[in-house]
Amino acid sequence: MNERSLSSEAAPTRGGLLGWIDARFPLTQLWRSQVSEYYAPKNFNFWYFFGSLALLVLVNQIVTGIFLAMSYQPNVHEAFASVQYIMRDVHWGWLIRYMHTTGASLFFVVVYLHMFRGLMYGSYKKPRELLWILGMLVYVCLMAEAFMGYLLPWGQMSYWGAEVITSLFGAIPWVGSSLVIWIRGDFGVTQATLNRFFALHVIAIPLLLLILVVMHLMALHQVGSNNPDGVEIHDHLDPKTGKPVDGIPFHPYYTVKDLFGVGVFLIIAAIIVFYAPSGGGLFIDPSNYQPANFMQTPPDIHPLWFFTPYYAILRSFPNKQFGVVSLALSVLILFGLPWIDRHPVRSMRYRSWAYKAAVVLFAFTFITLGFIGEAPATLFWQRMGSGVALVYFLFFVVAWTYARRPTPRRLLLTLAAVLAVIGFLIWRFYLPSIAGLIWRTSLVPIVYALLFLLVPVFVPGLLRDRPVPDRVRMR
Amino acid sequence: MMRTTLFRTLVAVVALGAAPLLEAAPIPPPLMHAPVNVADTASLQRGARDFMNYCMGCHELKYERWSRLGRDLKLGPRALRRLMFLQTKPYQMITNAMPKAEAIKFFGEAPPDLSVVASEKGADWIYTYLQSFYLDPSRPTGVNNLVFYNVAMPDPFWHMQGLRRAVFRRTGSPHGTGVRRFVRYVTVVPGSMPPAAFRRRVGNITNFLVYVANPDRLKAMALGIRVLAFLVLFTLFAYLLKREIWKDVHH
Repeated sequence: MNERSLSSEAAPTRGGLLGWIDARFPLTQLWRSQVSEYYAPKNFNFWYFFGSLALLVLVNQIVTGIFLAMSYQPNVHEAFASVQYIMRDVHWGWLIRYMHTTGASLFFVVVYLHMFRGLMYGSYKKPRELLWILGMLVYVCLMAEAFMGYLLPWGQMSYWGAEVITSLFGAIPWVGSSLVIWIRGDFGVTQATLNRFFALHVIAIPLLLLILVVMHLMALHQVGSNNPDGVEIHDHLDPKTGKPVDGIPFHPYYTVKDLFGVGVFLIIAAIIVFYAPSGGGLFIDPSNYQPANFMQTPPDIHPLWFFTPYYAILRSFPNKQFGVVSLALSVLILFGLPWIDRHPVRSMRYRSWAYKAAVVLFAFTFITLGFIGEAPATLFWQRMGSGVALVYFLFFVVAWTYARRPTPRRLLLTLAAVLAVIGFLIWRFYLPSIAGLIWRTSLVPIVYALLFLLVPVFVPGLLRDRPVPDRVRMR
Repeated sequence: MMRTTLFRTLVAVVALGAAPLLEAAPIPPPLMHAPVNVADTASLQRGARDFMNYCMGCHELKYERWSRLGRDLKLGPRALRRLMFLQTKPYQMITNAMPKAEAIKFFGEAPPDLSVVASEKGADWIYTYLQSFYLDPSRPTGVNNLVFYNVAMPDPFWHMQGLRRAVFRRTGSPHGTGVRRFVRYVTVVPGSMPPAAFRRRVGNITNFLVYVANPDRLKAMALGIRVLAFLVLFTLFAYLLKREIWKDVHH
């Protein structure tokens, strides 16, 4: 009885194959609730393409990955050769591999833009905290996936990158050195490491990724999409239909719009795959064309571009523990964003000029850290890295301060605390021989702190938010 | 006391003898631009011939098959056979007969496989490196290289390019030891080939190595145009469809 009422409620009795399926599986019901009757705000802009594009790249990685795994040999003596076998002897092997390597980099491009969208429009704020956290978990899984996949070609940079990153766990007190051996499965990066990284890369993490992506989408459809204005469309329902006035069904409106986005994205991807697969060394590191050699450390070890911001943070302090803690904190702090920025206005569009500047500068800081991580590990870039890394963390301090009624007293107190921390770090890592360099690079976070915490005390207009419209606007 | 003095003298002598070896690498001239064109089959054929003649004694292309080389470079069975010095079969990989353990004894390090060297070092690097040997009596091979300082490899082209001495200018440095900057070459023994012909020959070998590193490059470029043409059409239709469907969304 109950079953019958469910199915008849979901779809009026239909004949044919669809009716047969609907009586046994809620296909039409799912399609309606998740796609054709999922109401999304009508004012999505350019930044809203990247969610569906991330899904597209995920599918690309899984499909090309399956075909790569058919010919790849997870064996230290054959891994490098098997990649060349794929490139030369496997039919369309070169295309499959380049689609996988390009896809890996584009995955991060898309995900970074997707995350920045969330940051700009406050998409992590109530009631979307869990949506943001699930997204962050997807991101962390993606990082693990990329890192482990990078070891598989068994080139010089694969080997030494894995050596460096696994050794980071050695910084954990007491259990560190045992933990490193447990992760590697051996005293160094060896056959055992390659085998387990292969298993994790092709089975464990992709499974986890898929589950998390589904949960991310379920959470999204539970709370509904945010939009560039940060206005809740479910607050204005059509009295007759009960649907949001400013919402449009995902299908067909956003399916066709995303189809256009997919077209543009694929054009860019195809140009890279067919004409510049190594991306000038950004997507495939030239030193990875040399087989791994544990007797010969490359002059400069650095990860692929998508990890270089974190790499810059890691090596910004001349102290392993400090570097590792900063690295972990720089990722973990993003999980806390919904509770750091509790300002009632969601979208940056209606936030103060000071906050807008801080958000834009945060993106710029992340990119700058990327360049610093790519640069050779000279004293200058290392110290510059510590200055810019502090600016990365200061963004969260500024966001937190602005969110809780920034009175001059609060601003000045925060400024004092920030300057004290910067002073402590200068004192902690002071070297008389490079005093000038230390002071010059410390100026970066000091100027940032003064700009965002002291200037608004004298120019309160910088902190004035704009009125949020009642309903979404189309531009 | 006696022994200490002896030891000190010995250390001093060894240190003096090692001095030229320990000198920092000179500042090399900028890399030359390699004339790469993998669509030029004649250049690839000449490059393959010269590679088999001058490089294959020590280096291998162990990820490339002879048959693949023949197909891509439009070499018939007889032409291909002329490149194969050993009794290998066309389906086998392009390898040489030098035992690795012996090679390590000869050079201190086994000569690397060159299948993907063009992807690792870049065409300009290979092109410049092959032309940057100069006489250096402190080296076991008698020559050194400006691009790859203290390289173990001898100059395979010395009879074609001739033997040259490098002139350096010592410039001041903050550490006081001075840095040597390359100025020019001085020919000691002239080569058997005119310089332009020699450069072409090195260019062909470089071009050949670029092909070997990525044998499907031409195929990829030809396919890419068709894929892009399809994608542009697809995107255009997707845009028109989007515009049509969005007509009834009121702003």
